[in-house]
Amino acid sequence: MDDHHTRPATSSTVTLHVNGTPHTQTTDHRTTVLDLLREHLGLTGTKKGCDHGQCGACTVLVEGRRANSCLLFAVAHDGAHVTTVEGLGEGERRHPLQDAFVERDAFQCGYCTPGQLCSAVGVLAEAAAGHPSHVTPPPGAGEPRPEGAPVPLTRAEIRERMSGNICRCGAYPHIVEAIEEMGDVAGGMDGGARNTDGARGVPGNPSGVPEEATR
Amino acid sequence: MAVHDTPDNSRTTDTGSAMSADSVAGTSSTGAAESATTGNATGKSATTGNTTRKSTTTGSTVMASTTGSDSGADGSLGAPVSRREGAAKTAGEARYAAEYTPEGCVYAWPVPATVPRGRVTSMDASDALALPGALAVLTHENAPRLTEPDDGILYVLQNDRVPHRGWYVALAVAETQETARAVAEAVRISYEEEPHDVRLMTDHPEMYHPEKANGGVPGDRERGDFDREFAAAPHRVDATYTLTPLHNHPMEPHAATAFWRDGHLTAYDSSQGATTVREALATLFAMGEEQITVVSEHVGGGFGSKGTPRPQVVLAAMAARHVERPVKLVLPRRELPAVVGHRAPTIQRMRLGARADGVLTAVGHDVVTYTSTVKEFVEQAASPSRVMYGSDASRTGHRVVALDVPTPSWMRAPGEAPGMYALESAMDELAVELDLDPVELRLRNDTQTEPDTGRPFSSRHLADCLREGARRFGWYERDPRPRMRREGDLLTGTGVASSAYPVLVAPSTASVEALSDGTFHVRVNATDIGTGARTVLAQVAADTLGAPLASVRIDIGDSDLPRAPLAGGSSGTASWGWAVHKACSELLASGGTKATADTTEDVQGQQDYARHAFGAHFAEVQADTVTGEVRVSRLLSVFAAGRILNARTARSQFIGGMVMGLGMALTEHSVIDPATGGFVERDLASYHVPACADVPDIDAHWIEEDDPHLNPVGGKGIGEIGIVGTAAAIANALYHATGVRHRDLPLTPDRVGVLS
Amino acid sequence: MKTFTFERAATPDQAVDAFTAHERARYLGGGTNLVDLMKLGVESPEHLIDVSGLPLDEVERTPEGGWRVGAAVRNSDLAAHPGVRHDHPVLSQALLAGASGQLRNVATTGGNLLQRTRCPYFQDTSTPCNKREPGTGCSARGGAHRDMAVLGHSPHCVATHPSDMAVALAALDAQVEVLGPEGRRTVPAADFHRLPGDTPQQDTVLRPGELVLAVSVPPPHEGARSAYRKARDRASYAFALASVAAVLAVREGTVTHAALAFGGLAHRPWRARAAEEVLVGSAANAHTFARAADAELGAARPLGDNEFKVPLARSLAVNLLTTLADRSEQGA
Repeated sequence: MDDHHTRPATSSTVTLHVNGTPHTQTTDHRTTVLDLLREHLGLTGTKKGCDHGQCGACTVLVEGRRANSCLLFAVAHDGAHVTTVEGLGEGERRHPLQDAFVERDAFQCGYCTPGQLCSAVGVLAEAAAGHPSHVTPPPGAGEPRPEGAPVPLTRAEIRERMSGNICRCGAYPHIVEAIEEMGDVAGGMDGGARNTDGARGVPGNPSGVPEEATR
Repeated sequence: MAVHDTPDNSRTTDTGSAMSADSVAGTSSTGAAESATTGNATGKSATTGNTTRKSTTTGSTVMASTTGSDSGADGSLGAPVSRREGAAKTAGEARYAAEYTPEGCVYAWPVPATVPRGRVTSMDASDALALPGALAVLTHENAPRLTEPDDGILYVLQNDRVPHRGWYVALAVAETQETARAVAEAVRISYEEEPHDVRLMTDHPEMYHPEKANGGVPGDRERGDFDREFAAAPHRVDATYTLTPLHNHPMEPHAATAFWRDGHLTAYDSSQGATTVREALATLFAMGEEQITVVSEHVGGGFGSKGTPRPQVVLAAMAARHVERPVKLVLPRRELPAVVGHRAPTIQRMRLGARADGVLTAVGHDVVTYTSTVKEFVEQAASPSRVMYGSDASRTGHRVVALDVPTPSWMRAPGEAPGMYALESAMDELAVELDLDPVELRLRNDTQTEPDTGRPFSSRHLADCLREGARRFGWYERDPRPRMRREGDLLTGTGVASSAYPVLVAPSTASVEALSDGTFHVRVNATDIGTGARTVLAQVAADTLGAPLASVRIDIGDSDLPRAPLAGGSSGTASWGWAVHKACSELLASGGTKATADTTEDVQGQQDYARHAFGAHFAEVQADTVTGEVRVSRLLSVFAAGRILNARTARSQFIGGMVMGLGMALTEHSVIDPATGGFVERDLASYHVPACADVPDIDAHWIEEDDPHLNPVGGKGIGEIGIVGTAAAIANALYHATGVRHRDLPLTPDRVGVLS
Repeated sequence: MKTFTFERAATPDQAVDAFTAHERARYLGGGTNLVDLMKLGVESPEHLIDVSGLPLDEVERTPEGGWRVGAAVRNSDLAAHPGVRHDHPVLSQALLAGASGQLRNVATTGGNLLQRTRCPYFQDTSTPCNKREPGTGCSARGGAHRDMAVLGHSPHCVATHPSDMAVALAALDAQVEVLGPEGRRTVPAADFHRLPGDTPQQDTVLRPGELVLAVSVPPPHEGARSAYRKARDRASYAFALASVAAVLAVREGTVTHAALAFGGLAHRPWRARAAEEVLVGSAANAHTFARAADAELGAARPLGDNEFKVPLARSLAVNLLTTLADRSEQGA
């Protein structure tokens, strides 16, 4: 690939832990995590819809957090733990969300689906960790949820949180239903990632913050 | 449920030669594909004609919508069977066109023209080819020669002409995708620029009346004395509605992987019909169809943009021949608007005349649109006015001008979607003018014969859809006066619109084989672009054979399978299903182990009826008085589309169309910059496809129709009707919410404005 | 995209040294904008210095009782920070009103500040753009300019700054700490971004090689309430047509503190000083709020297709100030 090593290196040896398996190879610095997965590791489950972070089809979990893999240079993520749609389940056992998507017919063409699934797994973890969204009511003023407590995934919450994943087939209502079905067990979800060492996941919240916020 | 419907690669069951382009319903310059996809029943059409037979009474039953979660153990037609490829798609195992990487595969990257019109005067690829890993730069000077096709958009890299900005003028090929892009960027091109014109204006001096619009529908139609009736009408609406260009933007960008082996071309292509793509490639490369295999096993949406063959497959095949390696090409998202078609902008003047009781006396629908200089495509937006309501006189027509713009083409319900927006908006204005309930106004103008042709409808349950929808929606609870519901900063309103889409069908072939283990193997080159075709066709086969669904294996999405028309015009299931039904019936009748069917004669032998699906949309919107932001809070529709073959996938199709209609109403906007000649909103950050937060719970219901004049599977087609009329219902609801009528879509805050 | 060399910096000093040592170097944070721009050919660095792993990923209390947000803190983490949410709801709300969940997980505080305009002509290397290529002209002024600036634009550039977060920071009197070849300095957030003038290629006052280290937000004003409101073309995942960040304190019916900033209207977050002058000391009512908005927006010079932004911004400001005044009075 690169036969011009007399110049400063424009490629590097990069290790990516994908779905629990380390992959080490010489990688063009321009190669994104998305292209590394699709073109070099043969993991084509992660999709390229826009290549600019504007559609969410390439969403994967990096250290347990959802991210647009099209905007990540692989070289900048040497050593990272990535979970793709192929690794959502546990071995032969599918992630319940995958079955819920089939059951609810939460897709048509299926192209945005892997990104929707990874994003949804991220949403469940984020909500469980108490991360607010644009539509989360602030604590206080009749809102009993203390800051940092898990956020109940209402349909409005799911819709807002899943808005980074465009579905041109318009399967949103069914996607929302499928995720809502998972919401009950959100507290038990770990982000779907089998990250172990080095996994950051969704950070917990610092303690010592007054429970009733005033604004 | 079995998942893998992998097409095998043998080429033994292709029964292809029986069908010619001429045998398809409708006529058009681009052959079978276009006519089958968008032919309107008023066109010169094998499925329709002129008779004055009275409408046959057909049954209808209101079906409660199934929201159940049964997994479809019952495989009979209509059952909500889960998608066969569902497990694969949710596991990331379903492979799309760019997900095949044959041994030795290299990558291509296109180079679009950066001038709005002119010609290429020089092409310097020396720097580009000096990049390590560069393999070739194809230009009009060195690319393989093609035979000129009917569809000019496929005639790429053959001459120095630049008909519009974004037209491909070169193709870089390199060992890696990253290098291919760098090579493409390093090509230096000089142009001789020519004056360009991309402005659509109703008084454009080169505006003309096309003989035919898309689908072969007549450009102009006149019935009775429209001018006299309109002038004499006691109540009139005369209003003009505009739509910007709109973009299909399927989530999978157009992509192809191609390779040549021993003179045989294989292409994995993101297309709505591999048979159609194979025909095009055979013409372009002057080869026999048997020397070409096109695979479209899984397709990430198309919405019309993959209905006609697109440049990616031609470019990939050319490049693969040139470098003698397999070549993969994915078109960059930003370049799609210029090369994969779009919905042309329309300026539609509606004139409705009515008596005091609301009965229409005059219907006028004048459409102004553009086409490109590459080929004529006329968005047949006047079509709905020829179908929907009776009147004493009518004049409907199209005017078009060829501009230096990217070539418009099909986008979900071409013609019907923009046309119904105008008609159903005008109907709402007429209801206001008459102080009549808009549902009632539509009921009073219901008709059992197609107004434009006088033919009876094979079945028409528009009135049932309106009544059932009104009941379910709680329509009559509203205060008909506008701007009466205000809660905080939000104004709420409700609106209604009718919907319709023609029933199209094209000849298809299919085969079925009874295997010794008691199972059946169905083969048909259908395409599943997300419709559930694979699943529904297996249901058709199981139903016809009287066999368990699990005993039916089906292969689709490969041009080596029995030839079939493309997935378009909501005609796929009817066309393929007919052939599958026929093959299975013949297998049973013959008692043999194999049967092959061809429906060409059946399709041509259909009786003369006006065949359309109908529907009614009910929308509730909330307008934020602080910002002018409009969001849909409820959307409910009822359709009458023949027999619904799979309740689960059908619901998804209806909802999907409605969501796209929501985008058309509220968020999707595109404009061509007069100076640059290019689209301004070319990416998914600026072209606003509705996001999850824009879409409320949506109810899609249907009336089960038993229409004996359709086809053996009894379906009317459901892929497009969901979008037709939705935008009007939403816009009408906004009027009801605010008391202000907006006639230009989309209804974004810059147009709606601050309301408090 | 051209090839580039790459290194990961371990300390801020190392990063700055690396920048100085290379031609056409760029700092890489989350990359959500830079990678995008490199793919577009708008940015073509020859050397990338990854600063996302620098030890700048903490949100800490300042001695004054404010918050110091490290430049590498991800947008989603800052938005979820209970202390920040408690003290400065406007900041959390602005962050959550921008981009998408997965982008916020990656985008950094520093990168958010430094993101570049989404002007379509800036993003298209085949069209003239003074910001991308000085001296070539502005395609937007006479072209599609519905989304462009109404305040502070110049004949050379009518682009808007796309950040939501920066609008909140401008209203919060935040300070941006930077480190450059000549050392450390602090710049008020409200002055961090520039107006285009005749050098639209410079978005900010950063000097070559300067790296954002942190953003410090002072403690909240006594009794003040803050919030962010944004109008957009779709319900989520869209840039602002116009937005407003406001901080307001009201005592006994009189405005005692006011800070207002607009987004989507100008080449930088638009701190509305003229409006604040009207507000402070005036009766907290709709009339005052309208007068304040008009005092600021009277300077607006819409281009034609973006005239709607002026009444929209006015309405957003009046509405948000009214809401905050109610809450402030009620002690809610």
